[in-house]
Amino acid sequence: MGEAIVVTSGKGGVGKTTTSANLGTALALLGKKVCMVDTDIGLRNLDVVMGLENRIIYDLVDVAEGRCRLNQALVKDKRFDELYMLPAAQTKDKDSVTPEQVRNMIVELKKEHDYVIIDCPAGIEHGFRNAIAGADRAIVITTPENAAVRDADRVIGLLEQEKIPSKLIINRIRQNMMKSGEMLDIDEICQVLAIDLVGIVPDDEKVISAANSGEPTVMNPASRAAIAYRNIARRILGDMVPLMLLDEKAGAFKRFRKFLGIG
Amino acid sequence: MTERQHIIIKGVKEGLVFLLDDKCEFATLLDELQYKLEKTHQQLLTGPLVHIQVKLGARQVTEDDKDRIKNVIRSQGNLMIQSVESDAPKVDSQQEKQSNLQVLTSIVRSGQTYEHDGDLLLIGDLNPGGTLLCTGDIYVLGALRGTAHAGIGGRTDVIIATSFMRPTQLRIADVISRPPEEWMTGDAAMEFAFLNEGRMQIDKLAQLFRVRHNPIMFKGV
Repeated sequence: MGEAIVVTSGKGGVGKTTTSANLGTALALLGKKVCMVDTDIGLRNLDVVMGLENRIIYDLVDVAEGRCRLNQALVKDKRFDELYMLPAAQTKDKDSVTPEQVRNMIVELKKEHDYVIIDCPAGIEHGFRNAIAGADRAIVITTPENAAVRDADRVIGLLEQEKIPSKLIINRIRQNMMKSGEMLDIDEICQVLAIDLVGIVPDDEKVISAANSGEPTVMNPASRAAIAYRNIARRILGDMVPLMLLDEKAGAFKRFRKFLGIG
Repeated sequence: MTERQHIIIKGVKEGLVFLLDDKCEFATLLDELQYKLEKTHQQLLTGPLVHIQVKLGARQVTEDDKDRIKNVIRSQGNLMIQSVESDAPKVDSQQEKQSNLQVLTSIVRSGQTYEHDGDLLLIGDLNPGGTLLCTGDIYVLGALRGTAHAGIGGRTDVIIATSFMRPTQLRIADVISRPPEEWMTGDAAMEFAFLNEGRMQIDKLAQLFRVRHNPIMFKGV
């Protein structure tokens, strides 16, 4: 029996889909059997980020309405044998499925997979209810902005009501802005939200280029975001991995200059 | 009766006014009323029909108590009760009810609202977007970052106290204050908000005794 983890944030555009794709891929890299579920019906993106758009035959709504079996709708990843994706429908909307139907699908998927990663739509309405229906735990994504932290706080409150334990990822951190105080501090965010931090992901342009090429960032070990996602995946598996040092970008040469006092 | 009269009977144009003392025991009052009607003021009872107004002063009475007074007077045939009046301030009874303190151990997050009739002690944080509403005082043992509204029934003598004062908005009765624009204190630690002549003010918790002083009776040597 596997575990279902919903990736949610409340606010849009903070990186739910990117995180879902990268965590799913990172867990597959670590040898786990993973299925990613896109519950953003009508605005599906996970398939695009994964580069699997052209392989979709059936979708989540087809399964809910009994037009196909669950296994038929699963899209196998082109890189890993044990990574699957259940795509959302693009032509319907969120009301096309009920939380109960999604829960049944997640229960089915958990039998076959070690991890089921559920990509949640933005907002806290019906789509959110669908996404969290079958989840055992949640990962809440926020960015170091006040608006994102407010929405994350709201979502954590809703998850608490549903008795779903949640952990936090702070995405798109820019070290120089955080240092200068223009961006919210990590400690400050953790203080307000008062849940465990499972990882921080630095802002990295490679994430954008990777999403556009349909290849998750996590596949490219030169990317700092990739290392961050791999660390988070290991923490999900229960390993103790220290938080990434955001300063380490300063290379040996720069540190040497600093040492001489000219940096 | 005893050393002091608790009931004064006055004659007015419409009839008689019974002024009842509002400090003594209620039972004493009833006894004295009965005694007066039956023993010392019998001349009242022999005349024609008399209208009676009963004035209770500032005494807090229930409907039952009023009925008991009425029954004593009615037992005399020719007395007719016109009114039973009490000037007791209504707020007092509310204040008594509001002194119940509710302890809440939780984080009040964005979008969550907690309402309580009385005083409220939150052990945990109040986050931005979260709201506490309460007829009495609000104490937050944690960070106050959201909106706190004390005295929603209109009481202006209430306070909002917290270990860390960084609110989105504070309200006491119908006074609203937006902290960063109207006031900002240094370290925000251990402070309270109160109304001073209709304006919101913030001070260190150590100064609360200047606003509200409850003398402490020390026991021992």
